[in-house]
Parts: sequence; structure tokens; C-alpha cells
Amino acid sequence: MWHKNIFDFYTYEGAKALRNKLREWEGGKLVIHITEMPIKCPVAPLEFAFLADSFFKNKGMRDKVDITFVTPLDGAFTKPKATEALHYLLEEKGIKEVTDFNIERVDYENNKIIDYADTEVEYDLLVTVTTNMGDALIERSGLGDDLNYIPTNKTTLQTEANENIFAIGDCTNLPASKAGSVAHFEAEILTENILRYIDGRELKEEFDGHANCFIETGHGKALLIDFNYTHEPVTGSFPFPGVGPLTLLKESRMNHMGKMAFKWIYWNMLITGRHLPFVTTKMQEAGKNFD
Amino acid sequence: MEKTIANKTIEVSDEVYLLNFSDWNKELGEGIAQEEGITMTDDHWKVIDYIQHQYKNDVPLTIRKIGKSGVVDIKGFYSLFPEGPLKKASRISGIPKPVSCI
Repeated sequence: MWHKNIFDFYTYEGAKALRNKLREWEGGKLVIHITEMPIKCPVAPLEFAFLADSFFKNKGMRDKVDITFVTPLDGAFTKPKATEALHYLLEEKGIKEVTDFNIERVDYENNKIIDYADTEVEYDLLVTVTTNMGDALIERSGLGDDLNYIPTNKTTLQTEANENIFAIGDCTNLPASKAGSVAHFEAEILTENILRYIDGRELKEEFDGHANCFIETGHGKALLIDFNYTHEPVTGSFPFPGVGPLTLLKESRMNHMGKMAFKWIYWNMLITGRHLPFVTTKMQEAGKNFD
Repeated sequence: MEKTIANKTIEVSDEVYLLNFSDWNKELGEGIAQEEGITMTDDHWKVIDYIQHQYKNDVPLTIRKIGKSGVVDIKGFYSLFPEGPLKKASRISGIPKPVSCI
């Protein structure tokens, strides 16, 4: 079944196999499913659903495809502001939601996923996000919890295991996305705190959980979200308060162009370790519409 | 916003989770459970104790963690708190809604 009618897309093999499948698939029930949180990037499955809608429309076969988004959370969007601002996308694209679904088993014979409350969802093509765990190395080290995440102080990035061990990125148990932007914003504070530790100075409790990401919504448009531990994603402008040119929590073509431009920024600035102008480590509160 | 549950007026979030864990007491938990249509038994309270203990130690809660707690397995957790057990149990425990991203 694996890579025949059940696929993942967080691995190269999975993504490639799914691409090949989608090229020849003639339609039916497409189910996009998240096994359990946390996953690498919480919005990627939703982005996949939006792009699938766009892909099948472009192929002229959207009417042959039934798209359902199945999540263990209480909605595709769970924060009040994001739900209010973005729920229309699901309705507009005809994507159904099955919420609070905690999978217990897959019925391979009848092509169904079944949860602990005995809710059943039928699929012809299942795109699932399997349980995401930290690296096996973390397990061998004995530093991790049962998902191989290292218990880490959420503001200093010092691990609870030992004062001379610090952690960054998706190996931590921080209540933040396991996404690249989080690791990027953590890096500066991590460096600062390691230097402070070596000098015997007090650590800075500075990491605020800042994350920032584009969400492709299909048809050449995208969303941009910017948030941290305490502030949920809200509407506003980015990176210049009141100016933009990118809009937060709102679909636009400019955001899609931003994402395209980000490809270049990623390979030429982020990976090479150059400082990103205008994007701050701590989340900026100006230009955002908080209550 | 404010809400009165079990004769106690408390601050709650828009989704009616307690804003201050210190407001919580057993009668309040019982009152929230009633709103959720749940009659509390010793087995329910064992789970609530476990959840509150984890919360006080800053351990993020997941269904997996509760299933491995030794207090209850996942199937049992579902039968104690049907339909969205983690949310309901979190509400009754007086802790914030389990977090996600967007």
C-alpha cells in the first residue's frame, strides 16, 4: 500500500512517488491526514490541500476529486483569528474537514482510516503525515523524551539535561513549529547564550517562539503568517509596519511573489549565513492588528 | 471574559478555558465536566490529576503522552472523555487549550 495508494511527502522518496501518482491518478477520494502533532511544519499539509485543489482544477478534473482534510486538532485552523480570516479558503476550495481525529488503525482492505472514537474516513488516495520524531541519535544519547525531543528551556535554549548542552531546531521540545524559520530565529539567541555560558554570565531569556512562513494557497496566491509563543497569527503588514509590501494572514499575489523571491534568499542569504535585513529575531509587534 | 461555573465567577478564554489555573478547584472542575456532559468518577479524576501534574511541570500534553501515562490508555481516555478527550480533559483540568500553530 505504501507508495501505491498511501503516500507521505516529507521524504524525497515519498514526494517523488506521490508526484508520479498524481500525474496518472484519475480521481476519487483524496484524504490528507495528520497522524499526531507536532509535525515538521504545521501548515504544510494544509498547503498541500490548497495546491491539490489548484492542481486538479488546472488539469480540468477537480469535479472528479473529493478532498478531505483530516486532523487530530479541532480544525484545519485552530487559532481564533486565523479561523476567522482563513476558513473561507476551505469553503471556497470545497475542502472538507474531519477534526479531532486520532488515528487508531488503517483498514487496508477497505481503504479506510479509523480513529479511537471509531470514526471512519474512506480514501482512494491517502496522503498522510506520519508521526514526526527527533533523530535516532537523540534516542541513543538518552537526552530525548518518547518522541526523541530534548526537553529544553523555551527562552534560553539550554537543555534540561545538562547546563553545558544547548539545543536548536526540531530536536527540541519547545512549543513552537519544527520549522526552519524557528531554527533561524533561535540561532542568534543560541549563539549569544553559548558565549554567555562560556563567560559564566547569566543567560538571556530571549527566545519568544518567533516563526514566520508563507503558505501557498494555489492559483498564484499565498498567505504569510508571523507569530510567536504569545501572539497568534494576526492581520497586518510585513516587514515594514503599515507599508508591507507583504500582507499578513491575507491571501495575495504579492505574497506568492514573496515566496518565489524567498527561494533565492534561502540559498544565497540564509544558507550562507548572511544577515536578513528588516527581519528581526524577536517578533515585531508594530504593523500588526492585535486587539 | 467572565463566566460563573459552580457558583464561582472566573476569567475564561473565548473558548471557555480557564485563564488562571489558580482559580481551579474540584467543584469548578465538576461544574465544567457537567457542561461537557461528563459525570466525574475516580477514573476521571486520576486522569485530571495526571494532566494537572504535567501542566505544573511545563510538560506539553499530547494524546500519546496520556496513553503512555500508566493512568489510562488512549481507548480508555476516549471512553472517559468522548469526542475530543484532550480538549475536554484540559478544560476540566483548568489548563489552557492544547496549542497548535495556526
